[in-house]
Order: sequence, then C-alpha cells, then structure tokens
Amino acid sequence: MTEIPKEEMLLKCPSTCAGCGSLLALRYILKAAGKDTVLVIPACCNSVIQGVYPYMLHTVPVYNIAFAAAAACASGMSEAFRAVGKKTNVIVYAGDGGTADIGIQALSGALERGEDFLYICYDNEAYGNTGMQRSGATPLGAITTTTPNGKTVNKKDLDRIIEAHNLPYQATACASYPADIYNKVKKALSIPGPKFIHILAPCPPGWRTPSEKTVEIGKMAVKSGIWVLWEKEYDKFTISAPSRAAMKKPSPVVDYLKAQGRFRKVDDATAAKIQAQVDKNLKKIAAEAAYSEENA
Amino acid sequence: MSDKLVMSTGNKAMAAAVKMVKPTVVAAYPITPQTEVIEAIAEYVDGGEMTARYIPVESEHSAMTACIGASITGVRVFTATSSHGLLYMHEMLHWAAGARLPIVMGQINRTLAPGWNIWAEHSDALSQRDTGWLQVYVSTVQEAYDATIMAFRIAEDNRVLLPVMINMDGFLLSHIMQPFEMTEPGDFVPQISLPHKIDVNDPKGYGAMSPSDIHFTFRHDMEKAMRASRTVIAETEAAFAKRFGRSYAPIEEYLCDDADVVIVAMGTLGKEAEVAADLLRKEGVKAGVMRIRWLRPFPVDMKIEGKDLVVIDRDYSFGFGGVVAGEIQARYPQAKIASVIAGLGGQEVTYEDMANFVRTRKVGTEFWFGIPSEEQ
Repeated sequence: MTEIPKEEMLLKCPSTCAGCGSLLALRYILKAAGKDTVLVIPACCNSVIQGVYPYMLHTVPVYNIAFAAAAACASGMSEAFRAVGKKTNVIVYAGDGGTADIGIQALSGALERGEDFLYICYDNEAYGNTGMQRSGATPLGAITTTTPNGKTVNKKDLDRIIEAHNLPYQATACASYPADIYNKVKKALSIPGPKFIHILAPCPPGWRTPSEKTVEIGKMAVKSGIWVLWEKEYDKFTISAPSRAAMKKPSPVVDYLKAQGRFRKVDDATAAKIQAQVDKNLKKIAAEAAYSEENA
Repeated sequence: MSDKLVMSTGNKAMAAAVKMVKPTVVAAYPITPQTEVIEAIAEYVDGGEMTARYIPVESEHSAMTACIGASITGVRVFTATSSHGLLYMHEMLHWAAGARLPIVMGQINRTLAPGWNIWAEHSDALSQRDTGWLQVYVSTVQEAYDATIMAFRIAEDNRVLLPVMINMDGFLLSHIMQPFEMTEPGDFVPQISLPHKIDVNDPKGYGAMSPSDIHFTFRHDMEKAMRASRTVIAETEAAFAKRFGRSYAPIEEYLCDDADVVIVAMGTLGKEAEVAADLLRKEGVKAGVMRIRWLRPFPVDMKIEGKDLVVIDRDYSFGFGGVVAGEIQARYPQAKIASVIAGLGGQEVTYEDMANFVRTRKVGTEFWFGIPSEEQ
C-alpha cells in the first residue's frame, strides 16, 4: 500500500473548472515531489489555475514562461541549480498543446541534451485554456471549437516521439489513479537526467461530461485500453497494474465515447476504426512488455 | 591588475571578457557572425578555463529561455546571437526584461533576409528597441571587451535589473583583429545578488497573471529602472576609467565643442567618422562626431545647439525614416538633421564618403547613399 503524505501542497479554493483532472493530478505530483521543488508552467490551464497576482495556489515556487519555452526554461534552471550544488526538483507542468505542438522543439532539445528535470504533460486533449480548440493531441472524432464536426485525423503519438530520445524514465498515467501518479513521480525524481510522464487529464467542460464524472471517465479510458498505463525505466518496459488488469478483457471503446459529449458526432464506422486502432495498440504494447520481460 | 596587450577579433575579445566575469550558465545557438563568440566560450569550458555550464540549445528561442530559467535562480548568465537569431528570441527578450533579469547578451549586428546577407546592419537590434533591454553599440575590439565587462555590473545593479545587449558590427568588428589590453577585472564586477531569486523556503509565483493596475505598475517600474540606469552607467564608466584608465561616455564626442556640423552614427561608422572629421577640418570645415554608444537608455544631453547634424543610419524604419535620426528629432525637435541612410547589408561606407555627406548635406532631407539622386 502506498503511503501518500496527508500534507497538502495546494491551498484551498483553486480557480479551476469543477472536476478538473489536471489539478487532481497535480495534487499528487506535488505530494510526491515535496517542498524542494520548482514548477515551471508554460501558457496553459495551470497558468490560470495558480491564481492572480499577488495570490497563489501552490506552496512551491512557480515560474511561468512563454508557451513554447517550458523545457528550455527548465533546462536553464536545472543547470543553474546543479552548478551551485542544489538538488531542487525542477518539474515542468504543461498541457498537451504546449508539449505536443508548440513546445515540442524545446522539449526535444532538452531530452536530447539529457537535462536533469521531470517534464509532465497533462493531456486534456485540446487547448483548454483558450476554450477547447483542437491540438495535436485531440483524438479522432472529438468535437472541439475548431473541429466542430469532430477531428478527422488521429491523435499525435507523443509517447513514441518522446521514446525516440531514449530517456532514462518515461511513463503514462491518468488523473483517476492518484497512487500510480504518486509512485511514478517518486521514481522519476529518484533518477538523474530527463524524465517524462504523460498524464491523461479528463476535462469536464471540454469533454462535455458531468463534473463529478472525472474519475469515472478516466477509469473508462484505462479500462477500454484507449489509454494504457505503463512505465519504461531505461529499457525495462512494464504495464502498470490498472492496465494489466484491464488488458485481460478490455471494455468496448464505444462505452467511453458514448459517455462524452465531444464524441457525439462519431458514427459507427469511425467508432469501429477507433476500436481497431485500440486493439492494434494493445497488441503492440503487450508484445513490447513481453519482449522486455524476456530480455530483462 | 596587469594588462596584457593581445591581438584579437571583436568576437574573441567579447568571449574573453565573458570568461573574466565568470558566469555560471551560458546557453547559446550558433549564427553567423556570432559563432566565434560561443565557440571560444565552448573551448574555455571544455578546456577547463571556465567553470560555466554551457547549454548547447536547439534554437535561439531556447537560448534566451534557458538564460531566463538560469537567471531566476540568482546566477550570472550570458548568451550571444545575431540577426535572425535575435528576431527568433524576440518573445523571450520581452520575457527577460519583464522578469527583471540581468542577462547579458553579445549581439553581433547583421542584416535580415530576404535576400540572404550576412553583413553588418543595425536593423536587427533596432527592431528590438522596445523590449526593455539596454543597448550599447561598440566600435573597437577594446571597447567590445570593456563594454562586456561593464555590462554585467550595470545589468546586475539592483537599481537596474534589466538585461543588456552589447552590439558589435558583424565582420567589420566581429572578425577584424585589433590589439587590445586584456584587463583582468578582478572585483570590478561584484558578486551577483538577485533580490527576487527563486527560494524554495520562500515560495512565490513568478510571472503569474497580473491585474491591469498592477501590470501597469510593473511597466512603470521598468521605465524607472531604465532612467536609473543612466546614473548606473555613468558611475560604472567613471569607476572603470578610474581603475583601468579607459574612459567611455554614453555619447563619445570628437571635436564637437566648436563644430558647425556633427556626424552622428553608431558602431564602426561612428569611429570611422572621426577620420572624416579630420579630413573636413583640413578643408576648413568645422566638423565633429557624436558616436552614440547607449541607444537605450536614450541620451538626454546631446549638445546640438547651433549645429547641423548629419545622422548616418545603418538601418531603416520603412514608411518612417532612419531610426536614429527619428529618435534624435523626436527627443530634440529643434535638431537640424540631414538624414543619411548608408551601410545597409554591409554596404561599404568610407570616411571619404562621410566627408561627402557633410559637404553635400541638405538639412531636413533624407539621402540614400548609392542610390542616384533622381531615384530618391
């Protein structure tokens, strides 16, 4: 059983939308990281959630930076801390647009250089802060304000792009599984060099789901296999417990789609296409885990 | 402190000055004609002559951002760029100044495409005029070295806390060799002490959303710091002169006291203009030179009463005019200016050409050097 500290690192009454998945995730990220931590936040929902000057939600320093700049800012900060002998955790907390789209160059550069910080992308699958426009991480079929009839192309496979940089630690997580997030952040911060965690963060207004359903929707994503929890420590690839259980008999993806207003224009053919993609991906992931185990 | 007389390019002199003030972090991306600066620093770091962390970033946007990330932890940082690299940093230049970070940057002036051209022009730096950076323009290898050392002391002064850009003409100065005195600055640049550095024991939000009235105050504070920097620059240059024997002023004047006509220019053109003034004096023309060193903060005490000004702009603001001429006219409405646009894209401008600008000047007009008069 994971012992998660009771101490809260976020103050009360944040200005999030009700049921915000990204804040739920951040709550456990900070519990795992502790006080000797600086958050670097590019333009995203979380640069608003933190509050308006001079007030602040967090009990660790937060450095806001331009949209494309998070990973480069963390690089400079981490190098400076290490140069003066400080072990302070530098954690980027960025949305999917700031990671998969506009911020990917700086992120790729930092990963290639082997900078010592943890980059966490909370993925609500659209530009939430500006009112839900499509991003590269928006999935096929999802309605956004710039894809009013549903997105016609697939979600960018960010994890495979990150993986190509051969970093020492990489994981996926979901806001609905706090203990899994806590453990992964703890492990990531124990490893020197670049670390990346990709967290699915359900977004009630964007996904058009009831505020109280955030945890449930995230669990449906994992149970259907459309979102798989795994971690990769150097070459050791492991499927995390909730997904291991789910992959024995994944629930139909259509249940996950039907639970959200953003997928209401998905027709049967598109639903079948999404299911086929999920099936294929699950096979690939199972094979990768098996290969990793055999070659351990 | 013993001075060593050495031969060096402007770029390498700048790198040597950076080594002397011991920054903790240098983040940089290569671009012609700046490359030699960051190559020299990389060699110092690799060779153990410098203990800085050198971050070979993947873009200039990231170079400035990495400097910002490092600077907010309270350490000394440096970067260098040119031309399109500077433009690619544009967003982060505002961020650095707005965050009140004393970043020092070598900026090797080069024109902008299209067409591709790597030669000297001031349009790159002047298009960043309103970002909140201090801008100094140098004219010799010695000055490149000295200004770089002084820039750290000025930027890091708690009355300023704004970033400083040291401008040097591409190739005309960056790549030419001149002898210079490699002065060891010793404790001339004091240890950095950033009042708003990140402290995990006193957590604060940096750059959070700010309401309009508070934001307005932040901006006014920047302008107050700009004004205060005039005093800090004067103090620093006076202290430098006293200690190392080389004196500088925001405007370097040459034969101006009794001059009827004064050539105004920045960088290498301003130095070359001194030869033009000598030539004109032999002809009986009372000519002088004002070389503007600090464009930001803008000089507030130009002694131009009763003099014609021949302002040479190695830049242009399309639909308006030469930037320096325009700035002077705006600040000194009584100024009698003959505006000359010359040297764009590295166009050669000799002291003889400059003497001609003076001889043929028409106050109140604009003249593009090299374009036939009927096309002007």
